[in-house]
Amino acid sequence: MAADTTQQAKADLREPAGWRRTKNRIATALMVLSLVVVIIPLGFVLFTVIAKGASIISWHFLTSDIPPFVLPASYGGIGPAVLGTLLITALATVIAVPLGILGAIYLNEYGGKGLLGRFIGFMSDVMTGVPSIIMGLFIFSIWVLHFGYSGLAGAFALGCLMLPVVIRSTYEMLRLVPNALREGAYALGASKARVTMTVVLPAALGGIVSGALLAVARAAGETAPLLFTILGGLSAANLNMFSGANIALPLEIFSNASQPYPGAQDRGWGAALTLITIAFILMIAARIVTARFSRYSR
Amino acid sequence: MTAAAPADQPLRAESAGALSAKRPLGDRSFQIIALAAGLLVLVILVLIAATTTDQATSWFTKEGFSGIFSKTWDINTSHFGALSFIYGTAVTALIALILSVPVSLGIALLLTEVVPRRWARPIVYVVDLLAVVPSVVWGLWGVLVFAPWLMGIYTSIGNFLNGVPVLGNLFGPPAQGTVQGTSFFTAGIILAFMITPIITSLSREVIATVPTVDREGAYALGATRLEMIRGVVLPHSQGGIVGAVLLGLGRATGETIAVALVIGSSAQITSHLFAPGYNMPAVIANQFSEASGLQRSALMGIGVLLFILTIIINIIARGVVGRSARRGRGT
Repeated sequence: MAADTTQQAKADLREPAGWRRTKNRIATALMVLSLVVVIIPLGFVLFTVIAKGASIISWHFLTSDIPPFVLPASYGGIGPAVLGTLLITALATVIAVPLGILGAIYLNEYGGKGLLGRFIGFMSDVMTGVPSIIMGLFIFSIWVLHFGYSGLAGAFALGCLMLPVVIRSTYEMLRLVPNALREGAYALGASKARVTMTVVLPAALGGIVSGALLAVARAAGETAPLLFTILGGLSAANLNMFSGANIALPLEIFSNASQPYPGAQDRGWGAALTLITIAFILMIAARIVTARFSRYSR
Repeated sequence: MTAAAPADQPLRAESAGALSAKRPLGDRSFQIIALAAGLLVLVILVLIAATTTDQATSWFTKEGFSGIFSKTWDINTSHFGALSFIYGTAVTALIALILSVPVSLGIALLLTEVVPRRWARPIVYVVDLLAVVPSVVWGLWGVLVFAPWLMGIYTSIGNFLNGVPVLGNLFGPPAQGTVQGTSFFTAGIILAFMITPIITSLSREVIATVPTVDREGAYALGATRLEMIRGVVLPHSQGGIVGAVLLGLGRATGETIAVALVIGSSAQITSHLFAPGYNMPAVIANQFSEASGLQRSALMGIGVLLFILTIIINIIARGVVGRSARRGRGT
């Protein structure tokens, strides 16, 4: 590597100083350009969603039942999908977050440096890369084939996506808790479980909650895991999470996006704005929690 | 982590040693519950492989190796070959990487080497917003706004390059019947938007581990910023950047819904990037709900192939990232 560096320097010094400075300026300009190239489409997407969504969103739209695709946007709304997203995501959170925190406790407080602990940590990171549609197929094979479509099946699929994310973010937070805190509690005679529950977890709580909120935000926007677990296609809400097909905002957007009817497309934009707003609220909540309640940071 | 290691020693001795027999029941059961939660990750991964493979067996046995990797996907004659979907996955992921990697690296370098720290923070927020926009919203925008707009551009590029060797074959004018500009290339662009925040944030972390002393050394020798980046930053963070790109590739391979909406849903193998195509996750998303029998098994089998592919990419990527992170910390 050192040889490379000297080679590089030699080659460059043969060039006139003016050209070297010009090249440097071109490079800086390209870097700025790459940021612009990203900001323009992002702004375009957000602008389109807000412009097309804001005109259609109303309390009526957010609470009414879903009408057939052909009806214009003034009819009905996306109520069942809003409700489904909130309930299914909440259920997934209840399933995945405690398990993820426990998994992270195992990795950091118990077996983290052993062979098994390192393997679990590594595979957990790998699991974050498993495509979300695979989680849908998995829950379909293991649950839906035996018990049918349900909101719970959707929550399982979303939970599988959230689990490794929660493990990773919680693990990073537990690592930041100073050992002196643990040792202080041990010196008072507390058992390891008690130290973990009453000293380590509260100390890291801000970061853990914020990481969990980000995982929830990501899960709430996922479509692919829900396709074969809650099926969609409802017009009225199904409050029973344990049986029967259900509906969620991402599925509603997905089915409306491929419709030729302007009314269906408008409802799609309205649902998109609702979904993005939910994700933003969760993300801002995460930032507030981080800023207010996290005692240790990197 | 290294600094914490010596202080950690007495704790580990206590937890693993002879005392464990005398520890109260609640304490031991807590450890077992935590271990079980950790093992759940491995259990889920094994179950994913087992159950989906089980569902796909009838496809694997009926089509055989050559059938699986054939081009035909015909519901009427009940022949299900996955090759055109594998091709589509490879092409769209490759387009996404070619578009995204230079841009991501540019932003990462801008953030670490050029912009003052108090500006870097808001820029990071903005780039992360790309990841907050859900996949299906990218798809909605892609199919209703972006693809129709691209159609005009595709047509003029296609007409300009028509007849030019190689380029004409890649960027020929889209066929007249093409729906609203949906194509391999549109899917690739949308994927590029979606993987840019991942590649940017990971390579930024790696670049941040380059020792300041090395940077200052290069500047002291009279290097311009570009020469410093090429001579110091890039050689030092090469491994981590490769890992970041691989993680982006994994994401591009498995991303489903946005692609399903903009790729055009046409199972074909063609060099024309402006033509509609299909990829592995998109065909599962579009056809699985209505499929039964062998077709359902085939779609499940494509899922198995996709799972294996992304697991391999991610294992390599995590390995590379982990190794370069350890080297960056100097251990």
